Amino acid sequence: MTGNESRTDKYFGQALKRKEDPRFITGTGNYTDDIVLPGMLHAAMVRSPYPHAKIGGINKESVTGMPGVVAVLTGQDIADAGIGSIPVGWLLPELKTPAHPAIALTEANHVGDIVAVVVAENRALAEDAASMLEVDYEPLPSVAFAGAAIAEGAPVVHDDVPGNVAFNWEIGDATAVQEGFNAAYKTVKLKLTNQRLIPNAIEPRASLAQFTPASGEYLLYTTSQNPHIHRLILAAFVMNIPEHKLRVISPDVGGGFGSKIFQYQEEVIMLLAARLMGRPVKWTARRSEAFVSDMQGRDHETETEMAVDKDGKMLAFRVNTLANLGAYQTLFAPAVPTYLYGTLCNGVYKLPAVHVKVQGVMTNTVPVDAYRGAGRPEATYAIERTVDAMAHALGEDPAEFRRKNFIQPEDFPYQTPVALVYDSGNYEPALDMALGMMKYPELRAEQERMKGSNKILGVSVISYVEACGLAPSALVGQLGAQAGQWESSLVRVYPTGKVELFTGSHSHGQGHETAFPQIAADELQIPIEDIDLVHGDTGRMPYGWGTYGSRSAAVGGSALKVALQKITAKAKKIAAHLLEASEEDVEHENGVFRIKGAPDQSKTFFDVALMAHLAHSLPDGMEPGLEATAFYDPKNFVYPFGTHMAVVEIDTDTGKVDLRNYGCVDDCGPLINPLIVEGQVHGGIAQGAGQALWEEGAYDEEGNLLAASYMEYTMPRADDLPMYQIDHTVTPSPHNPLGVKGIGESGTIASSAAVANAVLDALWHECGIEHLDMPYTAEKVWKAIRDSRAGMGQAADD
Amino acid sequence: MNVTMNVNGKPYTRDVEPRTLLVHFLREDLLLTGTHVGCDTSQCGACTVHVDGEAVKSCTVLAVQADGMDVTTIEGIGTPGDLHPLQTGFWEKHGLQCGYCTPGMIMASAELLKHNPSPSEQEIRYHLEGNYCRCTGYHNIVKAVQHAAEIMAQGGQAGGQAADD
Ligand code: FES
Ligand code: FES
Repeated sequence: MTGNESRTDKYFGQALKRKEDPRFITGTGNYTDDIVLPGMLHAAMVRSPYPHAKIGGINKESVTGMPGVVAVLTGQDIADAGIGSIPVGWLLPELKTPAHPAIALTEANHVGDIVAVVVAENRALAEDAASMLEVDYEPLPSVAFAGAAIAEGAPVVHDDVPGNVAFNWEIGDATAVQEGFNAAYKTVKLKLTNQRLIPNAIEPRASLAQFTPASGEYLLYTTSQNPHIHRLILAAFVMNIPEHKLRVISPDVGGGFGSKIFQYQEEVIMLLAARLMGRPVKWTARRSEAFVSDMQGRDHETETEMAVDKDGKMLAFRVNTLANLGAYQTLFAPAVPTYLYGTLCNGVYKLPAVHVKVQGVMTNTVPVDAYRGAGRPEATYAIERTVDAMAHALGEDPAEFRRKNFIQPEDFPYQTPVALVYDSGNYEPALDMALGMMKYPELRAEQERMKGSNKILGVSVISYVEACGLAPSALVGQLGAQAGQWESSLVRVYPTGKVELFTGSHSHGQGHETAFPQIAADELQIPIEDIDLVHGDTGRMPYGWGTYGSRSAAVGGSALKVALQKITAKAKKIAAHLLEASEEDVEHENGVFRIKGAPDQSKTFFDVALMAHLAHSLPDGMEPGLEATAFYDPKNFVYPFGTHMAVVEIDTDTGKVDLRNYGCVDDCGPLINPLIVEGQVHGGIAQGAGQALWEEGAYDEEGNLLAASYMEYTMPRADDLPMYQIDHTVTPSPHNPLGVKGIGESGTIASSAAVANAVLDALWHECGIEHLDMPYTAEKVWKAIRDSRAGMGQAADD
Repeated sequence: MNVTMNVNGKPYTRDVEPRTLLVHFLREDLLLTGTHVGCDTSQCGACTVHVDGEAVKSCTVLAVQADGMDVTTIEGIGTPGDLHPLQTGFWEKHGLQCGYCTPGMIMASAELLKHNPSPSEQEIRYHLEGNYCRCTGYHNIVKAVQHAAEIMAQGGQAGGQAADD
């Protein structure tokens, strides 16, 4: 039918079920590996089995006669095609960035580095040949851990990064911090490892490229969180393709968690192969490839120190971190352990002085870049672990110790000693709600009762703040970003009153196709069924920067709001003209434009949309059509916050940790769709709990990945986790038109620290263990309990 | 070699390499791409389908092993106009985010509900132990399965509600 049904309800804030779900629940989603192009070839990667090796000869003839093999590509083919190094997108002062070729030419620098590619008629034949290709490797000395890599005489990963140090970075006032320590009543010091994680979106990465010689146009389907960034990098820096001749489509994407932000080697290879072969070429990662080629996360070795005065007020916080960057620096790698980490090391506290020093270290491991939370979970872990240690040292309750050090509501906007200005916040209500929801006093009483038995209880209370929606562009540019951080939106109204929204933001599970139309349906006052969102295709959308850093709602949603306001402003002018009234006398209410005081004189959105296109009667000088684009550059980051609580039960006979309850109160400003928000929190909690209890991207000291499949890398399964208790407080951001903050990463940012602190709370109460590194596997916990009891001597044997 | 099987009620015969996995047969030969591949060690469950009524990881079965059998995939369990109660449950309870694990989750859950029409939270969690989801933290998946069980208890049938009317 034509036109829009009239409506009066408000969509913003409603827990609507998602518009995108029918295709996913019926198996008709469209993921990259689902796409078949006529004449399509398949590629298989030949990956280095060595952490570090010189590449001698590659005998292409060893496979060229095999069934179905069309071509073998090596680093030489990349060099001959004039293809550039994969660039780093965030530059720090004096950053050392070794070259990162799409196919290694002389040296492989981590297990999984691509040394050759076989293209064949189908995937099985390509993989057959890839497994047979003769490559001469000369293994070189290698190093996996950041601490070892900076030691005297350590193997050097790249000759142009002597000592393996890619950067030295610091923030805050070291002298002021020292003064805090000089005046301290008490200090604590911790040594923390934030272990390597492997993101493991369940859809493996995939790319499919096509080249049209007559027009010189390329088409790339790829599993990307940000197709415009891919296009920009590929066009301008790597492939030298005119930007308008490259269309990047990121169709349905099966989870990202950061790992699908980056420009990867395989995308470059597919574009080149498609051009050289004159046929479309597809590559889909096996899970075992994903383990050695998807960018990994975390991997910090950190020392923290905190000083308090005699009233238990924090005086100073000092952090010293070695960040393992892996073998190459990828898109955001230098920013993650610096601007996304050091600046957050203030937490939610009124800390007079903070100083953070970070050394970025190259090793022969898979590169490390943004993984859900990117720097902020590491910061939360560093500060919240230390805060608990201090509460123990002072003999104070961890919740009350936090409360008395909180930044207060009247302090906002709050300038921290590490550069950020927190926009808004009110930390105590979230703390109180969480304590009430989880029945904190009862938990402490239960803990007392269980003490000494073979089941002990641990309870944590952590409060976090995070920064998301990085902005404004001018500021992030000063900090080293080689990209803008605004977002765009296009709103296109058709003559029938139906509407398409276009965003540069991308959904790979976040529910944009529902949340964005919710915003639009309210502004346009039409049914949500008349609105669809288009995203993920550089050929259809205006420019944009994609989805990462929980920016979609705050930045992309705000861009949409601004574009919608342009539509309603023009619509109102048209309506006034049609009603022969002055614009000031027209109001937009209950789905119609009507003359104030004369409600029967009205025009629907459809009337206006139709006239905008017929253009038979428009105000003087007005352009026909009803379409608007907005480019929105935020004034500041947004700062979600909240309190998370974990309850664990530990079996002291086996060391097994059971996550019994988990509760949280988050504040992400107004909720566009509570169903989606809660889903984001659930998933985030699971990933952070995964880090605390099971996940570890373990390497041996030479750089062989020991956890290289789901058999060794343990992610949480359904029966490992409890139901979560979730609530919210609402403190709007004062500087964006929706007041919204981000929620995509909060769960992860808070939950590793929350679960870790719960485990340590149990172990501290039971046997005085002050710290143990994640993940808290049964073996590790059992050993820690045994050792502490042995250390306690006789008493433990009774 | 030739394999013949009934997939979602339709007979298909195709000439395949003996090493072809059932999941690749479904995705590449029959273009039924609703069944996904998430791993190469039989651990993620994204590829779960029904073979002769039992939930099976189709990456762990050769196409030739399913010769002569009845296979049901996510495409055959319900349609947008006629959803299976589990499809409704996952939609209503936001049991999916990226949707990649969802077909496998639904097919695995369908088997549970067949044998246990009103499973407890723990039974659901235990039954879905072979299926990874990286997005949802499983909370809403549990609620989705419970919701489906309620629909079925109220008379909604597994295998297409309206289809059985
Ligand atoms: S694809 Fe992972 S279990 Fe079958
Ligand atoms: S919904 Fe994304 S993996 Fe389950």
